[in-house]
Amino acid sequence: MEELDGEPTVTFVPGVNSKKKQMCFDWGPGELLVCETSFNNKGKSEMVPCCPFIYIIRKDVGVYSQILRKLFNESHGIFVGLQRIEEEFTGKSRKAQLVRVSKNYRSVIRACMEEMHQTTIAANDPASGRQFSSQVSILSVMELIWNLCEILFIEVAPAGPLLLLLLDWVRLHVCEVDTLSADVLGSENPSKHEGFWKLVTVLVLQGRLDEARQVLSKEADANPPSAGMCRVLGDLMRTMPILSPGNTQTLTELELRWQHWHEECGRHLQDGTFASSPPLESLCKVMLGDEAALLAHKDLLSNWYHFLVTRLLYSNPTVKPIDLHFYAQSSLDLFLGGESSPEPLDNILMAAFEFDIHQVIKECSIALSNWWFVAHLTDLLDHCRLLQSHNLYFGSNMREFLLLEYASGLFAHHSLWQLGVDYFDCCPELGRASLELHIERIPLNTEQKALKVLRVCEQRQMTEQVRSICKILAMKAVRNNRLGSALSWSIRARDAAFATLVSDRFLRDYCERGCFSDLDLIDNLGPAMMLSDRLTFLGKYREFHRLYGEKRFVEAASLLLSLMTSQIAPRSFWMTLLTDALPLLEQKQVIFSAEQTYELMRCLEDLTSGRPARAEPDAQRLEEDDVETTKVEMLRLALARNLARAIVREGSLGGS
Amino acid sequence: MEELYAKFVSEKISKTRWRPVPPGSLQTAETFATGSWDNEENHVSLWSIGDFGNPDSDGSLEGDHRLLCDIKHHGDVMDLQFFDQERIVAASSTGCVTIFLHHPNNQTLSVSQQWTTAHYHTGPGSPSYCSAPCTGVVCDNPEIVTVGEDGRINLFRADHKEAVRTIDNADSSTLHAVTFLRTPEILTVNSIGQLKIWDFRQQGNEPSQILSLTGDRVPLHCVDRHPNQQHVVATGGQDGMLSIWDVRQGTMPVSLLKAHEAEMWEVHFHPSNPDHLFTCSEDGSLWHWDASTDVPEKSSLFHQGGRTSTFLSHGINHQANAHQSLTSSWLSTDPAKDRIEITSLLPSRTLSVNTLDVLGPCLVCGTDAEAIYVTRQLFS
Repeated sequence: MEELDGEPTVTFVPGVNSKKKQMCFDWGPGELLVCETSFNNKGKSEMVPCCPFIYIIRKDVGVYSQILRKLFNESHGIFVGLQRIEEEFTGKSRKAQLVRVSKNYRSVIRACMEEMHQTTIAANDPASGRQFSSQVSILSVMELIWNLCEILFIEVAPAGPLLLLLLDWVRLHVCEVDTLSADVLGSENPSKHEGFWKLVTVLVLQGRLDEARQVLSKEADANPPSAGMCRVLGDLMRTMPILSPGNTQTLTELELRWQHWHEECGRHLQDGTFASSPPLESLCKVMLGDEAALLAHKDLLSNWYHFLVTRLLYSNPTVKPIDLHFYAQSSLDLFLGGESSPEPLDNILMAAFEFDIHQVIKECSIALSNWWFVAHLTDLLDHCRLLQSHNLYFGSNMREFLLLEYASGLFAHHSLWQLGVDYFDCCPELGRASLELHIERIPLNTEQKALKVLRVCEQRQMTEQVRSICKILAMKAVRNNRLGSALSWSIRARDAAFATLVSDRFLRDYCERGCFSDLDLIDNLGPAMMLSDRLTFLGKYREFHRLYGEKRFVEAASLLLSLMTSQIAPRSFWMTLLTDALPLLEQKQVIFSAEQTYELMRCLEDLTSGRPARAEPDAQRLEEDDVETTKVEMLRLALARNLARAIVREGSLGGS
Repeated sequence: MEELYAKFVSEKISKTRWRPVPPGSLQTAETFATGSWDNEENHVSLWSIGDFGNPDSDGSLEGDHRLLCDIKHHGDVMDLQFFDQERIVAASSTGCVTIFLHHPNNQTLSVSQQWTTAHYHTGPGSPSYCSAPCTGVVCDNPEIVTVGEDGRINLFRADHKEAVRTIDNADSSTLHAVTFLRTPEILTVNSIGQLKIWDFRQQGNEPSQILSLTGDRVPLHCVDRHPNQQHVVATGGQDGMLSIWDVRQGTMPVSLLKAHEAEMWEVHFHPSNPDHLFTCSEDGSLWHWDASTDVPEKSSLFHQGGRTSTFLSHGINHQANAHQSLTSSWLSTDPAKDRIEITSLLPSRTLSVNTLDVLGPCLVCGTDAEAIYVTRQLFS
């Protein structure tokens, strides 16, 4: 076993006093059952009333949020699409597709965040408002991490473009500047606004130099003495060499030009061009990448990764991916300045800058409350072929492990189980086994739901589960006295034993009531009739009744006889069959031939001779026996008379 | 099909229905109802696609549908029908049938009438009863007919507390759907591949006619009647096949069309343009079938994602071709002459599309992926 990666969190269960009483628990797929036992701490049972409840403790509460359900459903579609990418795309277009998929995931997170934010504003009680806003911050952290992973691992941006992407990343996540900008520029006299210099600084820190220049021009207009200085600084901003996507210049050229620009900035500072205006001088220092000047704006940078990107922008804009972790570490150290220790988010981002994917995923798994994020990110990175070598010491690989966890969580939810199916499908090693175990445990309250579950099983040739589900439904139908339904379900499951059981019920009902129920089904059994002998008998026996009803006596008679001679009819039913033969024997014309009559006689003798003599006949049994004996005698008489008539008729036919 | 709006709603949608527009009005469809299933708490909701001139306060996009109101519904919503402009009838998996009333003034829904034990099982030998899901409901003001897993058919009237007529054990298997044929005749489909026609004028619990698929007894899940030709009926089965029936003749379908790969949950003729038919399925697809014969070069035209149909069996009424002009294009059985053009309406396959409804140029469908799709330009 590896050591623990973090302290396990303690959850208090309200109403349960674990100090006084021992607790017991049982694991469920995504939940835990907890209750108090009647034992105290010393292990003695005592009759003190204890907490009367059993608690269900859910690990992953996010699954139960209405808004996050949209995230799960929408990302499920993206996930399923991603699994098809393998066969559809190769080479360059493949990478473009993967980036597109990553952006889709992020836009779903953002949409969710947006909606959650709206709900937070609309929430009228503070408790739920707090809950929503904590969800918003979790989602925004997820998006932040995902975006960085997208830049570093999926786009794999080279030196140059890398910094541009990082700048976009920072701009996307530090977005207070837009409200500030609207605030300042919307005021009557922007340059006198208290947030004016803050705005210019923030824009410079984010590398939005064109905007910074425009804002600065307001100061130049309003304050002619400083117009010259503003123009010089504005020119520096304008001339800063940057890599533009359409430009064909090489990295070396860019570096050379940037070096010149950097020296020019330095010269202005040395010459004291901005000496009379502290804010402008400070801006110039920022543009020189001066660490102390940057750190002076700590509050505007708000976090170390912003500091990192700004610092790189003004000191090493063509940073190579490989050097990133060095700058990241030193930026983190400088920014925190030993005052506070790094938080989980810092560690995750740092691991990303170090290109340590496994560490990123591990830290995320510990820090985030649900598996959605790590499962989807890992799957995407796996599609980028970044995780192949890594195997866990348990189960399958990491991707599969995380997907299984996530899918199990979905199955624990009363309604999201359908999404889980596709995730299990994408786990080659343990997915099927997990699905088999989960799918059988879905409560089936309507046939429609059962049909959906059955479809899932049938598509995956899970015959055992199909049988078990059909059997559950058949049992339910029997309990509800719906024999027709029960028979349909056992036919669907090809469950011969159960079909026999249901057929017996039909026959019993017939014996009791003298008529068949559910004729629409029995008359239309078709080939399904061959499922079990008893079912065949039921179908054929009903056919006999139909033939008899249609006065097709000869066919009816031979069918009746064959039911007995072929041993399809259960022994216990022979007497009923023979009794059914009685009216046929009594018809005016001869129906049973001599040979058939012999057969019937043999059947009757078989039946009567096989009966054991009863030891102590009581009154009721005597009466029953009496009825039986009369019946047998009547049959014998009818058979004998029929035999005589048949012989005479056959003799005369043969003679003519 | 340029504009297809999707909205995720955090519950699996089992039914969607357009509110009927008042007869004779020039209004287009703008309100629809949905019902959810398999949720801890299910809802019947009303949505609007109107008011796109002024963007909503909650920032939803133009053309997006927005929630007007909803109400809790006990159990899964198994079926949903508009009774009239204000009233919606919902069938529940608890065997309960409820009429909800919409108050347009303050945008709320309330329960106006309820038959709590419309469908139930009777256990063997015990008087205790156990509820059975009500699977289908159909309305023809003032009558409401419901069918259920208990094989029972109920006839209700909106103004009567008790069922006007009940046929116990009407079917030995589960009844999946019901539709009016010609008043007072109804047509039901069941889980052993049979269509049964019932006439409420007749006493007793025997159907007046039974039609069935031969052979494998494939369960039928949905049924719709041609809006103008009342003898033409379409059904969808468990194997995804579309069957067209002529209830006047024969006991077998006129044609069987290979369609979806899994259960077909709903089939609808377009109410005012019945040469068009719409189907949706468990396999996550939604199809538009176009059998209009006025496009001569149609056989060479296939939309993206479309496919031609394969006629598997050509029923029994070849003589009907003589009256081509009179019969519906759905009954013609000459595959070379009348190709049906099929278009897939959803961009990518997802989880089951449980329900759809069409009215005028508008189509709405609901899925297990908890999304509602709406388009307002069906024929553009």
